[in-house]
Amino acid sequence: MTIAVAMSGGVDSSTAAAILAENNSGGASTPCDASGDARVVGLTMQLWNQRRLPHLQGLAADSAGHARGRCCSLDDVYDARRVASFLGIPYYVVNFEEQFEQDVVRPFVDAYLGGATPIPCSRCNTEVKFARFVETALEIGAERIATGHYARVSFDEATGRYRLFAALDRAKDQSYFLFGLTQDQLARSLFPLGELTKDEVRSIARRKKLPVAEKPESQEICFVPAGSYRDFIREYFAEQGIKLDDAPGEVVTTDGRVLAEHRGIFNYTVGQRKGLGVAKGEPLYVIALDRTQNRVVVGGNDELLRRRCLVREVNWIRPVEDGEEFGASVKIRNKHVAAPARVKAVAVKSEAADLRRSAPATGWVAEVEFVEPQRAITPGQAAVFYDGDEVVGGGWIVPEGAHQ
Amino acid sequence: MRPYFLEEYGNASSVHAFGQRARAAVEEARAEVARLINADPAEIVFTSGGTEGDNTAVLGVVEAAEASKKHIVTTAIEHPAVLYAARSLEERGVRVTYLDVDSGGVVDPQEIAGAIQPDTVLVSVMHANNEVGTLQPIREIGRVARERGIAFHTDAVQAMGKVEIDVRELGVDLLTMSAHKICGPKGVGALYIRKGTRLRPLLHGGHHERDRRPGTENVPGIVGLGAAARLAQQHLAEDAARVGALRDRLESGLVKAVPLVHVNGDRAHRLPTTANLRFAHVDGEALVIALDLAGLACSTGAACSSGSLEPSHVLAAMGLPREQARSSVRFSLGRSTTDADIEFALEVIPRVIERLRAISPRYQSQKGFTAENAGNAEKTAEVYRRAR
Repeated sequence: MTIAVAMSGGVDSSTAAAILAENNSGGASTPCDASGDARVVGLTMQLWNQRRLPHLQGLAADSAGHARGRCCSLDDVYDARRVASFLGIPYYVVNFEEQFEQDVVRPFVDAYLGGATPIPCSRCNTEVKFARFVETALEIGAERIATGHYARVSFDEATGRYRLFAALDRAKDQSYFLFGLTQDQLARSLFPLGELTKDEVRSIARRKKLPVAEKPESQEICFVPAGSYRDFIREYFAEQGIKLDDAPGEVVTTDGRVLAEHRGIFNYTVGQRKGLGVAKGEPLYVIALDRTQNRVVVGGNDELLRRRCLVREVNWIRPVEDGEEFGASVKIRNKHVAAPARVKAVAVKSEAADLRRSAPATGWVAEVEFVEPQRAITPGQAAVFYDGDEVVGGGWIVPEGAHQ
Repeated sequence: MRPYFLEEYGNASSVHAFGQRARAAVEEARAEVARLINADPAEIVFTSGGTEGDNTAVLGVVEAAEASKKHIVTTAIEHPAVLYAARSLEERGVRVTYLDVDSGGVVDPQEIAGAIQPDTVLVSVMHANNEVGTLQPIREIGRVARERGIAFHTDAVQAMGKVEIDVRELGVDLLTMSAHKICGPKGVGALYIRKGTRLRPLLHGGHHERDRRPGTENVPGIVGLGAAARLAQQHLAEDAARVGALRDRLESGLVKAVPLVHVNGDRAHRLPTTANLRFAHVDGEALVIALDLAGLACSTGAACSSGSLEPSHVLAAMGLPREQARSSVRFSLGRSTTDADIEFALEVIPRVIERLRAISPRYQSQKGFTAENAGNAEKTAEVYRRAR
């Protein structure tokens, strides 16, 4: 059996590869393995060409203009290659740039322009890192894939289904980003780090003397430079020849009173407090972004609290019936502490079937009602439903107008 | 080469006995290279390889030309070393015409003639293309260049050692070659510069290579190049016939065993060592990896270590749509290729192609697969469970 390990050049995926390579023999870099043991192959997915959008490079670039310390930089490829060579496994770089731009970057940009605060990571994981990566793995002859994600998957004999769980290390848990995985993808995935803490992973890397054992974490969204969605969108649009409509507009309260002028709707995100240009007694927060009227809607902390949200494009890892209601802990952000809620699964007709994932023509939404009001439920983020440690399912939080 | 790493470590430019011995070895190598292409040893300059040779030829000739306005003619299928050297000249105000090729990958000498302008100072056309192996009409182009009194450079890196090359007969003024393409070491090559050709050196420094290329000679590399040149001369005819037959066997075997496979490039006018094939509905990148894991080495036209892959500019220039270019793979054969290698390839390649196509949604939809039966998740989980 051959296992394709996704290697980003970071400590996590490198350690995952190391754990697998150690447990499987025939690890020499000759690709031909005549024995029946599992063979480990390292792959780096080239997702985004860091040489695009050169104005974003800034201080972070090296002398040849290549971005440093950001996903898919040449440094990362170099590091991944070094680790693979150190482990004695074959190593390849595969180009997913087109798919990534189409399946992750464009939806990200569209959602952002629509007034949402998207996280590309969830779409990246389901569409690209799992869907395409699994496809590529099968093409090169690997039956399984492995990643450095902190998550756990297991097979339930009783139901015949694969189940997804949060990682042992809850602080590092990344199951939130994996809500979109299909049964086929889960069947093929190995997560060697799921039962380990981050500290344990670091110490394994050190013990094995991996070249990246001391490499710091990468905190950013991989294609967006240090926290600046706006800069990215601006540069990306410039590259595409699209003019970004950044017109100033009104800052209004939820009952329509105009308080100030905003500098362009894309400078704000739900829950934001700074930069509103409004001096008032109580602190004000962005409640919603009204794209159609180009308005930023603000309110007090109370107004930021909501109990309900609607979630669309829901993927159920644990199957549900139409109309089924159940209790769950729901996360609306990766760093959010899952909050108790009632979730109702509703089947809806959807326009297009996804040939590749062979999703049925029926889609799902979920109506979520939290026991306690939650702060800054943000359209564009994912809502993920947990039953204890287990990921039941998840989807995308729908923009404001749809739920009241 | 080995003695020149450890025992004969003299600097070939030194006066003393150590240096003299090294110098003798270098000059012997120079004579071998000259013999291979029917040049005079004084016309051979040693370089660090094909890229340096191409840059020296293109930049050197253009910079030495005295006119204020300059133009050069080349093709769209040149090696990046020529293309990017030309592009850098464009940035400095030199005009460049990049001629198209036909669908077989061959440039038309009439078009070369037609592209020449009053201020053209250089024509650069590769002898054989490295990706598809197609041979260019160098003799005819040489005639045109001669008639117009324009310097003519050919990048013969790929062609060297596979076809007869006689610089006098071809009418070229400059010719690039590299050692590793004729089974010599990497990091060394030679540039033929016909006596009387005006050229500005690329590098500044000492007086080596008759002031054309400064730098302490890579003696072991050059010795390796010389030996490779000698072997190439000896084996050329026999290699061409034998390897050509193996290549043909590989191609016809694949055409028979694999549906929807096509040869890229003019089958008549090409090197005997290259087979560039496209396999419909297969991703070339995945194919290369899959074949490597199965024990067979081949390549796509894209350079993949730079972190960003671009599809082959050569296939694009030949008119192949992106999809087809992405499904193309190059197999290179050589002196060491055996019948057993071909048999192995004919066993492995069809099997791997079949597996890739079985997974490819495009191929399946071609065959009438529908959403219902394409990778149903439940079914897959079932199959997987049974396989455990």
